[in-house]
Amino acid sequence: MSVKIFVPGDSAALALGADDVAQRISAEAARRNISITLVRNGSRGMLWLEPLVEVQTEQGRIAYGPVTADDVASLFDADFQQGGAHELSQGLTEEMAYLKRQERLTFARVGITDPLSIDDYIEHEGYKGLRQALTLAAAAIVQQVTESGLRGRGGAAFPTGIKWQTVLKADAAQKYIVCNADEGDSGTFADRMLMEGDPFVLIEGMTIAALAVGATQGYIYVRSEYPHAIAVLNKAIVVARAANYLGSDILGSAKTFELEVRKAAGAYVCGEETAMLESLEGRRGIVRAKPPLPAIEGLFGKPTVINNVISLASVPIIMSHGAAFYKDYGMGRSRGTLPFQLAGNIKQGGLIEKAFGVTLREMMYDFGGGAASGRAIKAVQVGGPLGAYLPEAQWDTPMDYEAYTALWAVLGHGGIVVHDDTADMAKLARYAMKFCAIESCGKCTPCRIGAVRGVEVLDKVIANQDRPAQLTLLTDLCDTMLNGSMCAMGGMTPYPVLSALKHFPQDFGLANTGVQHA
Amino acid sequence: MNPTCPSEQVASIIATHQDRPGALLPILHAIQDAMGFIPPDSINEIAGALNLSRAEVHGVITFYHYFQTTPPARHQIQICCAEACQSMGSERLMQHAEAAASGSTNYAVHPVYCLGLCATSPAMMIDDQLHARVTPDKFDRLINKIGSES
Ligand SMILES: Cc1cc2nc3c(=O)[nH]c(=O)nc-3n(C[C@H](O)[C@H](O)[C@H](O)COP(=O)(O)O)c2cc1C
Ligand code: SF4
Ligand code: FES
Repeated sequence: MSVKIFVPGDSAALALGADDVAQRISAEAARRNISITLVRNGSRGMLWLEPLVEVQTEQGRIAYGPVTADDVASLFDADFQQGGAHELSQGLTEEMAYLKRQERLTFARVGITDPLSIDDYIEHEGYKGLRQALTLAAAAIVQQVTESGLRGRGGAAFPTGIKWQTVLKADAAQKYIVCNADEGDSGTFADRMLMEGDPFVLIEGMTIAALAVGATQGYIYVRSEYPHAIAVLNKAIVVARAANYLGSDILGSAKTFELEVRKAAGAYVCGEETAMLESLEGRRGIVRAKPPLPAIEGLFGKPTVINNVISLASVPIIMSHGAAFYKDYGMGRSRGTLPFQLAGNIKQGGLIEKAFGVTLREMMYDFGGGAASGRAIKAVQVGGPLGAYLPEAQWDTPMDYEAYTALWAVLGHGGIVVHDDTADMAKLARYAMKFCAIESCGKCTPCRIGAVRGVEVLDKVIANQDRPAQLTLLTDLCDTMLNGSMCAMGGMTPYPVLSALKHFPQDFGLANTGVQHA
Repeated sequence: MNPTCPSEQVASIIATHQDRPGALLPILHAIQDAMGFIPPDSINEIAGALNLSRAEVHGVITFYHYFQTTPPARHQIQICCAEACQSMGSERLMQHAEAAASGSTNYAVHPVYCLGLCATSPAMMIDDQLHARVTPDKFDRLINKIGSES
């Protein structure tokens, strides 16, 4: 009988040589006359172990990692295809603590199935949500999503059901679903892993959204830095259409939904929803004034749902298992799970889907195992390049939207970037300003001019020129950006800058004021 | 061998995409995919087909970092300079790469802000190939490889 061997085709695994490993496995198997079926699955998200090769045995899947092409012969020598002992063996995948401690709802299938096999998808509960949605009136679908407590995972955490309700009520012959797959936030890769590892769940989520609001056309706007995700999505759309899950008359329901991938072109600000609409319409990605809301006048002037990849991909499980099931996870007004991304200077980085309420300390030590350098962790940036830096005193706060707001921090898209004690926070603050200067769309002055001035001021601070006056200037500048910017690009750049200054004053040449208590 | 001349190629790309809603970005991508960059003399044709002014098309091309208007070096190297990669030494990698690239006609080095490989940083892309945990040594090995392939 043929043995099933899994070698991830996820970008992170590819970047560490997974294609070479897969080729070597095929070649070795042929040489030894062993019949194998090679599956290119998504990643399990234990990225320090990539390429993580798995074999299907009677006891379950057994993992080996990190595997290089040069390890392959010795794996066969150890009979790994039967689960044989080897120094790279991690045991049964499902029993690995990193995975076992997670609550995988949105990522339930990622790493398990063959991303492009619709049969595999359906065998693993795929399209149950859509079938359920097809039995409901549009308003009842919206109701379920509202009751689940799902809030936008792209950053702003706006309740998804309320957004959908606005689009449902808007009276128009044409409506759109736009998926925000720009994933511009550094330190984040959940959208990428999901699109590469389980594209059908995103397609299913968008189709349910279309039924819920009466849309017939969808676009997935994917950043150009993600060529693999784009390729997987394009293939998955062809497969779904051929199986009658997209197109006209979906599953004999007389409902129509068409879906198309659009490639972005390397502008961070196009992740902002109105800039994205401009870009989709073929213009420069300049932020639009709101109102009108995209839900009323969005793409090509029509009512449009814009949601992040993870928001949309969480909808199928809400529909199949019910709002109450999803809502049962989490705390306070943060319901369900968030796929956190643990990155930067960390031993065991990866994707960790957990209910809201977990702490940074648990993430960085229980999951992450401390800094990769072996040094002390100094600062953690949560929520992307516009997110605050958190000092140790804040690592025990539960990760919940409101608790983070109270810290003057954000969860955003769930990125966690760890820096060890060699990090220079003044340099990182300067970088935040520089990034804003590079990526500003230029529509409003506080951001366009403010960020450039911010870099100049921080250069002087770093060079110890007239520090006290420059720091006052910096605080004033941040105040103007916070209050006067049209969108979060200029409006939130002060978060990393001021949090760095507040919690790590010694890096800016100030006396440690004692605000930190470790 | 390329049997079609550039302007025919551009014309056929425009014809394929021009009726799509919001056709400009798909057209620019298709031209850059086919030719490696967007030849400035294609702007006229694009503008004409989409009923836009030349200035509008030019404005769009220059707004997006991804679009290039001059023939690129044979190999494009993108090094991530965002925070997660900084925390693992991308600054040193970038300095090393820039020093190595100066004087090379074979490749050009550009900064990029996140490749989605932030848990296995520093990250880099050579043309369409991703590489993770790139040290200056690993960089040299990879560069020698593309040097010997071309
Ligand atoms: C500068 C800027 C960049 C953004 N980038 C992204 C992004 O890459 N992905 C994303 O989903 N949302 C991004 N957003 C948030 C979007 O504007 C919008 O809130 C989101 O797509 C709504 O979807 P959600 O409700 O499902 O989160 C960005 C916002 C700003 C101001
Ligand atoms: S804050 Fe910056 S990115 Fe946002 S609209 Fe103003 S200039 Fe554009
Ligand atoms: S920050 Fe470098 S790959 Fe994401």
